[in-house]
Amino acid sequence: MTTTQVRIVTALEGVAHQFVQPRDGMTTLEVARLDLHEVCKRLKERAGFETNTFVTAVDHYPATPRFEMSYQFLSYANNDRVRVHTRLSEEEPRVATITDLWPGTSFSERECYDMFGILFEGHPDLRRLLMPQEYEHFPLRKDFPHQGIEPDKLYRTWDKQRRKDWNAAT
Amino acid sequence: MSKTQVYEYSRTMPAVDQDDPVQGEPMMVNMGPQHPATHGVLRLVVRLDGETMDFIDPDVGFLHRGKEKTCETLGWHRFFPHTDRLDYVQPLLNNIAYALACEKLAGIAVPERGQVIRVLLMEISRIAAHLIYIGTTSIDLGAVTNFFYAFEQRELIYSILDAYTGHRMNNTYVRFGGVYADVEENVEVMLEKFLDDFPEKLQVLERLLTGNRIWYGRNRDVGVLSKEDAMAWSLTGPNLRGSGFDWDLRKQQPYCGYETYEFDVPVGTIGDCFDRYLVRMEEMRQSCRIAKQALDRLKKTRGAEVLAEDRRYVLPPKAEVHRSMEELIFQFKVVTDLRLPKGEAYHAVESSKGELGFYVCSDGTSNPLRCHIRAPGLMNVQGIPLLGKGRLLSDMVAIIGSLDFVMGEVDR
Repeated sequence: MTTTQVRIVTALEGVAHQFVQPRDGMTTLEVARLDLHEVCKRLKERAGFETNTFVTAVDHYPATPRFEMSYQFLSYANNDRVRVHTRLSEEEPRVATITDLWPGTSFSERECYDMFGILFEGHPDLRRLLMPQEYEHFPLRKDFPHQGIEPDKLYRTWDKQRRKDWNAAT
Repeated sequence: MSKTQVYEYSRTMPAVDQDDPVQGEPMMVNMGPQHPATHGVLRLVVRLDGETMDFIDPDVGFLHRGKEKTCETLGWHRFFPHTDRLDYVQPLLNNIAYALACEKLAGIAVPERGQVIRVLLMEISRIAAHLIYIGTTSIDLGAVTNFFYAFEQRELIYSILDAYTGHRMNNTYVRFGGVYADVEENVEVMLEKFLDDFPEKLQVLERLLTGNRIWYGRNRDVGVLSKEDAMAWSLTGPNLRGSGFDWDLRKQQPYCGYETYEFDVPVGTIGDCFDRYLVRMEEMRQSCRIAKQALDRLKKTRGAEVLAEDRRYVLPPKAEVHRSMEELIFQFKVVTDLRLPKGEAYHAVESSKGELGFYVCSDGTSNPLRCHIRAPGLMNVQGIPLLGKGRLLSDMVAIIGSLDFVMGEVDR
């Protein structure tokens, strides 16, 4: 066991977790969906991971459970990183937000919601980040085609609205 | 935007007492996406109380091109040109960051000379990117001359890269396993001349700014970022170092043999815009120092391989492709059907904006499962409300400039 793993095991005492071995050799944890917030909290407070590097998801469609959340943290004091994975099903793509622990995850979580439709419970401002607010699809899901679904639909709606406003004004 | 839409813009916007004669009716200012000081297509919704900003909401996504989705469609090898378009002021650095992540996943070892060339390219790109920062920020704050001085130097870098790669911008010269071609002697001569002259030219730039009263007044004590805030808000790179925290991935988690180069990491003291400016100025000098060392090593290892020989992942030499059937097949396979081993890998480099990382997941087929780009610029944009709240609107320009992001990378 590496020193990072020892530190994490001590910090996570009493919470179910499992180490996995990724190809790049980074310390990687697999935890249950409902434990995620508790795990992150302990990683921050007891294991000294000061900053969040990214929050993202991987879509394993058509396998189940469909989504694999991937959180990565960095400890400046110990100069090491940890990755936390948790699985989400398609029917219930919900996970607790960690913006209360690291305010800087807000944009990452908004992007993840925008691209995959993952709902972060308790996020103060869960809007789309990159796509327009009225957009109906989640582009990075595997069942979304690369060329888009009715790519000009929003433009047509906006155009219609603009004409309506124009006619009403004149 | 109608009035109701404005007020319901964000759930985090604090309510205003409309009947209060002092607070009165606040003014909403829509800064961008065409505002020249936002360095691209960033839109900021700002609520003003008098001239003080009391709510700032950055609206990004105007340059969203779906790069991550494109990677899943195109495949590993053909995504290279797209990484150039992320942070388009330093295309080669993005190439290298992407290549390093995939090489980590596939376990490709880059030859010594290839690594030295990569270090050289990264440092040249860093100088080019910081010159853009200094040029655009100073023109935003009213110092027009500096823009021309900075771009004069950047133009020289363009010509060097033109001589080496054949393109001025969007070079795409890095491949899995090294770089596409060796640095030739005429390029070495150009580089040497540039690196010898550059510190002096930087001095000219610095003399115009560092002691300048207007520059000092616009930057000192504006946008103060504490060390703790920088960590909690995931700000990295010069923004974190400007706050006085000594953290450079080139020193702490070295890659490409950075541990064998001699250089110092500049840090600031209080973390205001002026500190971040000083950090970047010194970083350019240090980059120059590293590039000189890399150039010396290049001269010693002339003729060595720059591209690994691993036909599963690495392109065969072009001359061979025209001659040999097998090499042609290898080239075809690498371009159209490159399969990285099943698994995931993350690699981060110290880009000019902060920690630029690629998180790549492969399921063993030729279609990438996921390629997440950890863009430092996105985190820097996130820091705007943090730094700007309670300041005057005119400080916003200094803050945007000093946080230093490129929208191509923010929106991906």
